[in-house]
Amino acid sequence: MEKLYASFDEAVSDIFDGAVVMVSGFGGTGGTAQKLLLALRNHGAKDLTIVSNTAGLASLLGFGTLPGHTAIDVGTLIDNDQVIKVIASYPVSPSPSKINSFESYFRKGKMELELVPQGTLVERIRAGGAGIPAFFTPTGVGTQLSEGKETREFDGKQHILEHALKSDFALVKGYKADTLGNLTYKGTSQNFGAVMVRSTGISIVEVDQVVNIGEIDPHLVHTPALFVDRIVTL
Amino acid sequence: MLGRLPREVIAMRVARELKDGDVVNLGLGIPSLCSQYVPEGRTVFYHSESGVLNYGPMAEEGEEDDDLINASGQFLQPIAGMSFFHSADAFAMIRGGHIDVTVLGALQVSERGDLSNWMLPSRGIGNVGGAMDLAAGAKRVIVAMEHIGRNGDPKIVSECTFPLTGPRCVSLIVTDIAVISVEKEGLVLRETAPGWEPRDIQNETEPQLILADDIKEIAL
Repeated sequence: MEKLYASFDEAVSDIFDGAVVMVSGFGGTGGTAQKLLLALRNHGAKDLTIVSNTAGLASLLGFGTLPGHTAIDVGTLIDNDQVIKVIASYPVSPSPSKINSFESYFRKGKMELELVPQGTLVERIRAGGAGIPAFFTPTGVGTQLSEGKETREFDGKQHILEHALKSDFALVKGYKADTLGNLTYKGTSQNFGAVMVRSTGISIVEVDQVVNIGEIDPHLVHTPALFVDRIVTL
Repeated sequence: MLGRLPREVIAMRVARELKDGDVVNLGLGIPSLCSQYVPEGRTVFYHSESGVLNYGPMAEEGEEDDDLINASGQFLQPIAGMSFFHSADAFAMIRGGHIDVTVLGALQVSERGDLSNWMLPSRGIGNVGGAMDLAAGAKRVIVAMEHIGRNGDPKIVSECTFPLTGPRCVSLIVTDIAVISVEKEGLVLRETAPGWEPRDIQNETEPQLILADDIKEIAL
């Protein structure tokens, strides 16, 4: 099966209106599939639900972005009116005086938010890829984020039930892929991407380099090829 | 008017709590300053939600790499002994009880050690990030903050009125005028800033403080 796509546009061309799309990245440009996001913006699919750590922080504030660079992130899709719901841990600007487009849509009642603690968010994604439908965690107990959730006591401590998250597509940034789809990441850019590729229908990975089979030492593969459906590079 | 300790001095006092070999996660603001003041002879391993353990100084200008950041989005120097991992592992470290100490900022801390630090009700929306995971999962939660808000309201309160980050999670509060530990019987005032009498500190604190037998001036 050929995983290597000729263009970013082609790699995202079947993302449909109403799809659930996971977007990798911690908040800065590292680990964010900026060229895939730009292609999705140009493709124009609407009514998307986005699963991502933030809802546009680098594009607004330059969070984790090299000096002089302009970031493409989830905010780029929101600006283009393609998103109706965000599932995130850090959706808004830390500064109330400089709000992102997500927050302006939210305030107008035009955007749904599911706010999730970051560790619960990534564990829900991990569970989605590991055949675990739900799990109990103490994170969030006693807070407004536990309202309406099933609780259970383990070892004398309260826990809440959290459900797995899955998606139709995941847009992920890797560093190097071989043509089979074995993948490596750089530095802190594994973050959400290395987990999202496991819990999605179709994983689409933007990499800096594609190499021949055998050129990535099997000991150093971060994501085994079976989790990768599409690879695209410049 | 009595003098308040600057942010750097709050951080310096918190840093004395860090033990040799501790794995530590520092929050935004005053907590992030603590790494500059770890007492000599102690090695502390810093963890960040961005997926790095044992990070050191920030990158020099011109040497920044966007694949090497901490949870505040600051660029880090690559140093020997670092390791990188994905977010599920970064949070297994937190939620699995592998972080010895986390230092967090706060909007409010209650008499029982409840913490509120993620949302101002007036804004109606906030970022929870990893704060709830740290509050529930770290072995020890230290709060570093100014004792009162900008409007003069006490931040150490009988009941948190802002949305909670975690119930009964804080063990020590270090502020610009006091060091207070959270005990079963209530809040114990242990150290005071130079010139501050316990009654001055009580005046800026909503719940009743219990005075430690060996109450002393904050030493650095």
